[in-house]
Amino acid sequence: MLTWLGYFERFGQNFLRGAGVTLELTAVGLVIGFVLGLLLALARCFGPKWLQRAAGAYIAIFRGTPLLVQLFIIYYGLPELGIAFSQNVAAYLALGLNSAAYQAEYLRGSINAIGSAQMQAGRSIGLSKWQTIGYVILPQALRLALPSWSNEPISLLKTTAIVFLIAVQDLMAEGKRAATTTFDFVGIYLAVAVVYLVMVFALDALLKFLERKTKIPGMDIETRR
Amino acid sequence: MPKPILTIKNLTKTYGQNVIFQHLDLTVNEGDTIVIIGPSGTGKSTLLRCINLLTRPNEGQIWLDDLEITAKGTDEDQVRQHIGMVFQNFLLFNHLTALGNVKLGLTKVKHMSDEAATEKAMRELSRVGLADRADHYPGQLSGGQQQRVGIARALAMDPRVMLFDEPTSALDPELIGEVLEVMRQLALDGMTMMVVTHEMGFAREVADRIVFMEKGFIVEEGSPDEMFNHPKFDRTREFLWKITELYGKKEKDAE
Repeated sequence: MLTWLGYFERFGQNFLRGAGVTLELTAVGLVIGFVLGLLLALARCFGPKWLQRAAGAYIAIFRGTPLLVQLFIIYYGLPELGIAFSQNVAAYLALGLNSAAYQAEYLRGSINAIGSAQMQAGRSIGLSKWQTIGYVILPQALRLALPSWSNEPISLLKTTAIVFLIAVQDLMAEGKRAATTTFDFVGIYLAVAVVYLVMVFALDALLKFLERKTKIPGMDIETRR
Repeated sequence: MPKPILTIKNLTKTYGQNVIFQHLDLTVNEGDTIVIIGPSGTGKSTLLRCINLLTRPNEGQIWLDDLEITAKGTDEDQVRQHIGMVFQNFLLFNHLTALGNVKLGLTKVKHMSDEAATEKAMRELSRVGLADRADHYPGQLSGGQQQRVGIARALAMDPRVMLFDEPTSALDPELIGEVLEVMRQLALDGMTMMVVTHEMGFAREVADRIVFMEKGFIVEEGSPDEMFNHPKFDRTREFLWKITELYGKKEKDAE
């Protein structure tokens, strides 16, 4: 049973390389998801009616269908329409487009919580609508969203494991290869699980740090009122 | 000859079937302090919100000096710079310090340099007695201090007129005094003010004119002496008697 610890010696290099790809997938997916998610949230909260509906439809579709289906449509389906991506780009896109839908919902919730009152306050001193959004609402909404939004990077990191299905060489793929050489599925996947766990802990610590760093004294009391 | 700063003509605001007020006429002269009183739900706050265009009236016109601000195509952001607003719930920007709150409009709307904005903002904070709290966040300030920052934030834009929407209603009784004192000083300094409040002591002492609104109409307006001592309408007398009784008691409790 303890032999699996030995796998770190034997496959350490491979796991490390795979973990690097996993982190890269997480980071790129998160950034695409954040930028697009923020745009979606802004569209839903402040856009014209048609844009609100379009953003709502996007969110409903991407939250309502399995990520794996989305990944396969992007990687296997789109080439039939003449749009082909490499495995990695297809993975970035699928993770990013999917994560955007979830991130949009986290952000929308906190934008609504900061709400129309702060909008009025901003407008009352002569800031335009978009200045108020940029200087007043988002700085507060992003902070407010942070604790619940922190689930998303963690969840995304673990979700990236499905991309081995389109042969992206992530940690899961490296694990699978090691497993088929040793035939010790339990041992190998336990080792892989430990690597995921370490990454999740590190990411969690980073997010907690970010939360502390951006905290405004007394603001939690303010927004709860 | 007093110079009108705000001229309101035939103003009507409805939400669907619900008439908030209609055919309202009011003139505010330079340097005047107008106190608007009346039962809740009579459209006092909505009137203030119409004046700084946070809500659009359905009918009627508002002039700020010689500019009709209700005209189509008015640059609302431009207009609001000149009309300061103080909210019942303070509505400070919670992610900014007291200084940051006062500075934001100066740097982003007036495009002042950071240095000039800081200097001006500190002046306004001193004016409300909070220079020593400049680096505190709203969450670290008492309600009375927060409201004074709210006043400083509005003052920093050098508005032509200041609107106060029940500025002390959300405050604990012992914190009301410090806010009223700042407002009293502002009135003395010649600021033009429209104040919706239930603080009858303030109204009696500071107001040049008191406007009594009920059910969307101006029932009566006049000097504090006229309104308190010889109101024309029984309704005015009744309301003033009731509100003085109620709030006078609260003031006494606070002592």
